[in-house]
Amino acid sequence: MSAPEHLPDADNGLLRFLTCGSVDDGKSTLIGRLLYDTKAILADTLHAMARTSQKRGLDAVDLSLLTDGLQAEREQGITIDVAYRYFSTGTRKYIIADAPGHEQYTRNMVTAASSADLAVILIDARRGVLTQTKRHSTIAHLMGIPHLVVAVNKMDLVGYERAVFEKICADYRDFAAKVGIADVCFIPISALAGDMIVDRGERLGWYSGPTLLDLLETAVGAPAAHGAPFRFPVQYVCRPQRADDPLLHDYRGFMGRIESGEIAVGDAVTVLPAGRTTRIKDIQVAGVSQPLAIAEQSVTLLLEDDIDISRGDMIARSGALPQTRQAVRANLCWLSETPLDPRRRYLIRHTTRETQARLASIDSRLDIASLAHEAAAGLAMNDIAQVSFRLAQPIFADAYAENRATGAFIVIDAATNNTVGAGMVI
Amino acid sequence: MTTALLARPTLAHLDWLEAEAIHILREVAGQCANPALLFSGGKDSICLLRLAEKAFRPGRFPFPLLHIDTGHNYDEVIAFRDRRAAELGERLIVRTLADSMARGSVVLRTPDESRNKHQSVTLLEAIEEFEFDACIGGARRDEEKARAKERIFSFRDAFGQWDPKNQRPELWDLYNARAHRGENIRVFPISNWTELDVWQYIEREQLELPSIYFAHPRPVVRRNGLLQPVTPLTPARDGDRVETLSVRFRTVGDITCTAPVESAAAGVAAIIAETATTTITERGATRLDDQTSDASMEQRKKEGYF
Ligand SMILES: Nc1nc2c(ncn2[C@@H]2O[C@H](COP(=O)(O)OP(=O)(O)O)[C@@H](O)[C@H]2O)c(=O)[nH]1
Repeated sequence: MSAPEHLPDADNGLLRFLTCGSVDDGKSTLIGRLLYDTKAILADTLHAMARTSQKRGLDAVDLSLLTDGLQAEREQGITIDVAYRYFSTGTRKYIIADAPGHEQYTRNMVTAASSADLAVILIDARRGVLTQTKRHSTIAHLMGIPHLVVAVNKMDLVGYERAVFEKICADYRDFAAKVGIADVCFIPISALAGDMIVDRGERLGWYSGPTLLDLLETAVGAPAAHGAPFRFPVQYVCRPQRADDPLLHDYRGFMGRIESGEIAVGDAVTVLPAGRTTRIKDIQVAGVSQPLAIAEQSVTLLLEDDIDISRGDMIARSGALPQTRQAVRANLCWLSETPLDPRRRYLIRHTTRETQARLASIDSRLDIASLAHEAAAGLAMNDIAQVSFRLAQPIFADAYAENRATGAFIVIDAATNNTVGAGMVI
Repeated sequence: MTTALLARPTLAHLDWLEAEAIHILREVAGQCANPALLFSGGKDSICLLRLAEKAFRPGRFPFPLLHIDTGHNYDEVIAFRDRRAAELGERLIVRTLADSMARGSVVLRTPDESRNKHQSVTLLEAIEEFEFDACIGGARRDEEKARAKERIFSFRDAFGQWDPKNQRPELWDLYNARAHRGENIRVFPISNWTELDVWQYIEREQLELPSIYFAHPRPVVRRNGLLQPVTPLTPARDGDRVETLSVRFRTVGDITCTAPVESAAAGVAAIIAETATTTITERGATRLDDQTSDASMEQRKKEGYF
């Protein structure tokens, strides 16, 4: 679905967010409503939706059909994976990760949350804060999503009562305080009627806060990436060695993306694992030199000194280095149907580095229903646990809570090559 | 330094998308032994080439360009393809559906059948011939419902099949391109771009496109609400009313299944203005073969379609 996006006047970048809720809380309707009210649904898509709604005997177009995906799911009538949707308001482009609500799909939510700057947590106004709400919030918190928005949906079914909304906010705040979630916004909405999504509607006059779209428009994207010290995992080394061009003969460019912080020509940097220090000679973006570069930019760095550097090395700001670790403690979400097996060979991919890993211990497992930490002998799909790994090669990591990019790793099963775990360094 | 950051703390949306795509291309280069970039002369793959320049210059591309030619392409597109590859000084490999037909691996039920879906066979044969472990393509998630869940690094088994239930979870920007011999990874660096993003990028980068992307007079007939170009491959049928309209193509592909849209847009800016207010999704407007069923793309992907 290509969106007839409005052309950006002032480009306020891009925001990635995720929606979560239990089945039938109205997630699909909410996304449909956002796309519809920002005019991101196109005529032929609307037409197909109308046809399907009719076939199913509905009289109005079912906005939730918009986020309907694959055949297998349609047969089962549930979403079973993460789907991505796009819309733009003219000032900002949005990527929505649509994560399913079904409780066995922790792994999908973890996947969707890993790259989100904001999470919208849906609560059915009639049902209030449920175990499921707590799970989703806990995962969002654990995954380091900077902004949480609690949207109390189906306000139309509770007569748009302020007291219902406020009771739910109070309940949620109690829970949030216990798990250490600090920054939450609450909005009463009706996804079906369109109240407080893009338009304010007429029936929630007692609420004076922002609409959902207002919040999305003003949320700061990826704040951690810009606040943390400079981290540059080397992806690829460019050595053209062109004899015909003396300028290129000695060219050695270190290519990668700035995962956090910023860098300027002349800055002192340290190369890990070598530990050698040097200065930035040049920063190139598509062959054009720039005096500085910021987080999330893909650049090529040239250094003052001739240092042997290859893929997997890390260039970091001198004096603010990540920790070199050969043993890591981490929160780990198990993603695979095959349970974790300490006898198997696993690989850990952290930034651009890959190393063999051995499970040293499972320290505790999070009971996602009671939110208690308990002892565990093994890990199955959707489990979240604190574990320790020993690594064949060191990684250069920060705590995930401080730096998502250099605190995150995936676990790969060396036999199947599948991605089986998502880890966050403690 | 801090003032500059305060003034512009984050990247504009196109810069962000560009940086992400470059990061993905460099991951392919870093992780895969023998990748290829699929280049059709179409606008999405033209963007890929610019992104590859930004990712790898002053070095050479760490992959050849590969075109699977159905033999049903507009001449302008093929000429453009060859010229662009030559300008870049990169290696272009062309494998044709005709080769597969000669080998007997592609059998058309009727001579004028759409060749689009048979491309997968020729692609798999090329993958086998050159032992490519990854193919980079210009598909986007916003093109089609079934693509919304596609991974950026999409795993295909030894038969080139995509199994929606057996895709690797993709977290953060940590991509897993590991594959056993014979298996293959398809990589989509512009997954997160919309059609409008592509056009805005083309404008910003002043990318040259084959002429059929811009409004030109062309004889067409109206069929099922779409315009069908009148060509030697797709002649007018009895009773058809042939009109010459000002049209442009939104995608370039097999002549028999790619429909133009009526347009007066002679330049990129005019196309952007049209795209920003368009009321038909790209594939809905232009793919004659996607109309059959809601699930047809998903079906074809399972069969190894790109
Ligand atoms: N009355 C009312 N019904 C709603 C609202 N939002 C969603 N629904 C209905 O709740 C049902 C489940 O919604 P859906 O979006 O499919 O939920 P999902 O499972 O979370 O994606 C559908 O019948 C919707 O029409 C709302 O704000 N008010």
